[in-house]
Amino acid sequence: MSEATFRVLHAGPHVSVQDAGRPGMLRFGVPASGPMDRKSFAVAQAALGNPATASGIEVSLGGLGLHCESGSVSVAVAGAGFIVETGGQRGGSWATLTLRQGDTLTLRRGPWGSWTYLAFSGALLAGEWLGSCATHGASGLGGGNLHAGQRLTVTAARVLDPPAGPIVCPVRARPRHLLRCVAGPQERFFDQDTRAVFASSRFEVTDALDRMGLRLRGPSLVPRGALSIPSEPILRGSVQVSGDGVATVLLADHQTTGGYPKIATVLADDLDGFVQCRPRDAVAFRVIPADEAVAVARLAALCTGPKS
Amino acid sequence: MTPGSPPDAPLFRPVAERAVMVEFAAVQDSAAHRAVLRLDHALAARPCAGFCEAVPAMVSLLVVFDPLVTDHRQVEAHLRGLLSASAGPRLRHALREVQVCYDADCAPDLAAVADRTGLSRDAVIAAHLAGRYEVAMYGFAPGYAYLSGVPGPLWLDRKQSPLRDVPAGSVIIAAAQCLITTLTMPTGWWIIGRSPTRVLTGDAGRPFLFDVGDRVRFRRISRATLEPVAPGGPER
Repeated sequence: MSEATFRVLHAGPHVSVQDAGRPGMLRFGVPASGPMDRKSFAVAQAALGNPATASGIEVSLGGLGLHCESGSVSVAVAGAGFIVETGGQRGGSWATLTLRQGDTLTLRRGPWGSWTYLAFSGALLAGEWLGSCATHGASGLGGGNLHAGQRLTVTAARVLDPPAGPIVCPVRARPRHLLRCVAGPQERFFDQDTRAVFASSRFEVTDALDRMGLRLRGPSLVPRGALSIPSEPILRGSVQVSGDGVATVLLADHQTTGGYPKIATVLADDLDGFVQCRPRDAVAFRVIPADEAVAVARLAALCTGPKS
Repeated sequence: MTPGSPPDAPLFRPVAERAVMVEFAAVQDSAAHRAVLRLDHALAARPCAGFCEAVPAMVSLLVVFDPLVTDHRQVEAHLRGLLSASAGPRLRHALREVQVCYDADCAPDLAAVADRTGLSRDAVIAAHLAGRYEVAMYGFAPGYAYLSGVPGPLWLDRKQSPLRDVPAGSVIIAAAQCLITTLTMPTGWWIIGRSPTRVLTGDAGRPFLFDVGDRVRFRRISRATLEPVAPGGPER
């Protein structure tokens, strides 16, 4: 069976192995992890005909460089508008291409977005934890964060015919600046005026962002006397407000419980596009009723096809 | 809801499009915590359609569901049914033992805890060993099991500022809670010992040492018995 091997030339912070994630472990303090932008990751895998459970590499704005040391394999790059260079050719995300022995692949920050995904036509060998290669960034558990000098192996490596081509970038993979959310579950710790400010203001994405969460800059949302609430479970998408009124949207590697009040929780369908925003981008929240949120999820499923 | 509300009349709060938070009390309350564990147990025995997972915490249970299959109202109705059903068999919780070494190099804050509590170092150790602990919930990071039951004389607020790079396997306390860390991470809690007992067991059949609700007892070991926890990395 053919194999392709790579050496990591450079990897920015938060560049890691991911798969679809490890849901179902929140009760043990384990968030699902998985890709920050699950939709783009799924497109990269689907473009190669891989199963939805396949693993790949999540690339941050810090970028990634790989050198193909042996073998040949086709890859897909999907997510955001990164610059993709190989063998003197310069292109962008949303393409398949083929890497052969001696080739160098460079992915770096491009015109838009924050995260891109590299999938391999074959099986990327990576460490598993609890049945998944998804990396929990802070601990490195799972497939792990990539670092220069590391070697990667792809087994069952295949070359596509044709060996390169475009991938259509779906509209839903674009950055999303209007975030639909349901109030709460701790909105009662904010007075009416503060809730109105939350629902009607523009917030700015800051550069305080990692796989755990993304801090926003905007009007202060100071909670009233909430710092003593017992720790409650947290979902991905929670808008957590610290005692000084600063909001943070919790993401793939979120902590699973916490005592800060959550003024609202963003719908899963909007989180993929949200993480593609960049520092200083403006975002706003649209608070909708819970039953409308369920309808949104069902409509989104029609657009993305059945769940794997 | 006011403190003292009966735990059989919880509040149900929608969370985004995919979960319901069942809240049994607004403040820390042991009856509410028992109600959380009972409902968690009943739900595991009789999950509703579209059930994904449940997350028990101090006074609340988060129930995550698949919005393509069910919705908040149906899940709430199912949970109300479980709450009104006659109480099932008494919950049985395992008793787990955690080894701990209190030698000075494993317990950098033992002297400070002794100083602040007015106890001798030996009295601090004796009090910690005498505690009857219960796994109240997991949170913060993988395998961080919050144990309730630190004896009153040892209750201290957390430190003014966290200490960085506290090694995995540290036994730390703050107020009524105790925790065995699983990762090298900063903490503002008081480090009173080191344990070779892994909460992340590395055993695929039983990856976590504790279930929520388990009882925990600490057993003192010598420095020689302590298997060193690999420095710098997560336990595997």
